[in-house]
Amino acid sequence: MSRAVFTRFHLRERIRDRDAAVYGILLIAALLFPIIDIYATGGTADVSQATRAGYFVLLAIGLNVVVGFAGLLDLGYAAFFAIGAYTYALLASPQLASSPAHHAVHINFWILIFVSMFAAGAAGAILGFPTLRLRGDYLAIVTLGFGEIVPQLFYNFDQWTGGINAVGIIDQPHLPFWIQGPWSGDGPFQIVSNFNFNGDPLAFYVLIVILIGIAVVLVSNLYRSRLGRAWMAIREDEVAAAAMGINTVTTKLLAFGIGASFSGFAGAFYAADVSLVSPDNFLFIVSITVLVMVVLGGMGNISGVIIGALVLYFLVFYLIPGLPENAKNLANSVGLGSLNSKSGDWPGLAEEIGRLNFIIYGAILVGMMLLRPQGILPSRVREQELKHAAVQEEEAVVELTHAS
Amino acid sequence: MALLELEGVDAFYGRIQALRQVSIKVEKGEVVALIGSNGAGKTTTLRTISGLMHPASGSVRFDGSDITHTRPSKIVELGICQSPEGRRLFPRMSVLDNLVMGAYTRNDKAGISSDMDRIFQLFPRLQERRTQIAGTLSGGEQQMLAMGRALMAKPKVMMLDEPSLGLAPILIETIFSIVREINSQGTTVLLVEQNAHKALEVANRAYVLETGVVVQSGTGRELLASEEVQKAYLGM
Repeated sequence: MSRAVFTRFHLRERIRDRDAAVYGILLIAALLFPIIDIYATGGTADVSQATRAGYFVLLAIGLNVVVGFAGLLDLGYAAFFAIGAYTYALLASPQLASSPAHHAVHINFWILIFVSMFAAGAAGAILGFPTLRLRGDYLAIVTLGFGEIVPQLFYNFDQWTGGINAVGIIDQPHLPFWIQGPWSGDGPFQIVSNFNFNGDPLAFYVLIVILIGIAVVLVSNLYRSRLGRAWMAIREDEVAAAAMGINTVTTKLLAFGIGASFSGFAGAFYAADVSLVSPDNFLFIVSITVLVMVVLGGMGNISGVIIGALVLYFLVFYLIPGLPENAKNLANSVGLGSLNSKSGDWPGLAEEIGRLNFIIYGAILVGMMLLRPQGILPSRVREQELKHAAVQEEEAVVELTHAS
Repeated sequence: MALLELEGVDAFYGRIQALRQVSIKVEKGEVVALIGSNGAGKTTTLRTISGLMHPASGSVRFDGSDITHTRPSKIVELGICQSPEGRRLFPRMSVLDNLVMGAYTRNDKAGISSDMDRIFQLFPRLQERRTQIAGTLSGGEQQMLAMGRALMAKPKVMMLDEPSLGLAPILIETIFSIVREINSQGTTVLLVEQNAHKALEVANRAYVLETGVVVQSGTGRELLASEEVQKAYLGM
């Protein structure tokens, strides 16, 4: 018996250690990646890709608050991303000069990133207020609708947003002068050339790593707070949560608003980095991709969700698009070059694989879910649940040995 | 004045009337039982008190103030806590976390931990299982946890909805002796039961509900001796 109890405590510790290890590895990898990559490839293309993966990590962390912590299925999460991006794009570009306002606005990035966050959070609260009384599937449908409506609004208010022409020439962030120390500039000790964001992917990379770090600390603390426990209780059983004295409407609203504000934050960063914002960047596929990242990584577990976002980003934006070309080269190098030439109905290997891209993507997702239904790094609760059977067995064995 | 008092309460589910002019009084320190068959309105009465639904007419008063239209979260803070029907634990949280959730509305850390000790004294079984996931407990242990969780709110009135549901006879015995124990420690108990015999043995007073109407009331002993109750609910 005592040994079994010990095993259970031990498990809890082990999971906490596991999280610490994952964060440590991620941090080291994040620091080493640009140094090694720039040294190896001599370019910064991969660093830009990594920065893009970074927004998805931020989005996944935010959606995890809504879906993983509070158990509210949100299928329109990209809408908040769009609201954040457009808030930044309109208030930091020449766009409003050609709008009925006739005056361009250029507000500082560091202020706007919080404005965007607030705007998205407020939109989340406004959407949430009438809809969070709905349950489960109904909430999913309403958020799905919201996710469709928001990009349409940005299309149709083209007087203000430029509609299909998108908002371009968006301002880049400037670092406050006190950060521009001896490490920036053209001298021999400078890490970053002048620490200027203009066209410097490394600066954006550093910024997104810092932002993700802040987000992780904030969300982990939220998870352990009274509010975090209330979210968990609502996810488990809403009626029981209400019976415990939790104000379920306010608590769910907070989950929605906080989740949305992360999305707004990521949106502002995205607009500044890409410098071009169009309604097409925020379609349903974005919401679904982020949701898959959360589920695949391990719903409710922050480190798992980060890993899920990175793995899925690599899969969707790197591995699968590169597959036709790689297959073609592979066929050439193993002496099956004939596969690459067109003949009759056969369009050539690269072309054929290009057509199968979505099937391959789908098959990989199904495979991953079959192999690890609980996600890559599941949350403590799920892990314990799965381990419980094993612990009980062990307990039985221990009791038996005591008895004999 | 009664600690908890319902007066002329009418309640509806859509267009179906579940309670008709229900008036109930619970005095401080009592165990009061509501008995009746399925669909008689017992659970609805509890839901009306805990604010999970609001009556169409009539009033609910607690400790001198009107709580007819108060939010459920506020009512828990005022001191009424319910162990809901079907226990409704948080199945994927540990025993300990479930108990901590019970104290959600409280801020006094010292009080919470001394109440936790008290609950572990009442239910030693829960202490043994404190790190186990609630969903994997046996039926009896789950009922103990549901009661322990409700007690963690330090309620003035604890409402128990069908605590004997689905339990073995020996466990039912244990559960009711714990109800008595909790009451003797100063918590007023409002008990809803289908197991009328057990409930009437424990209760100071009881009400009999039939299709949403209070048809009989009296002390536990009186009702145990009443011919109609014996025929309808005690199977004699």
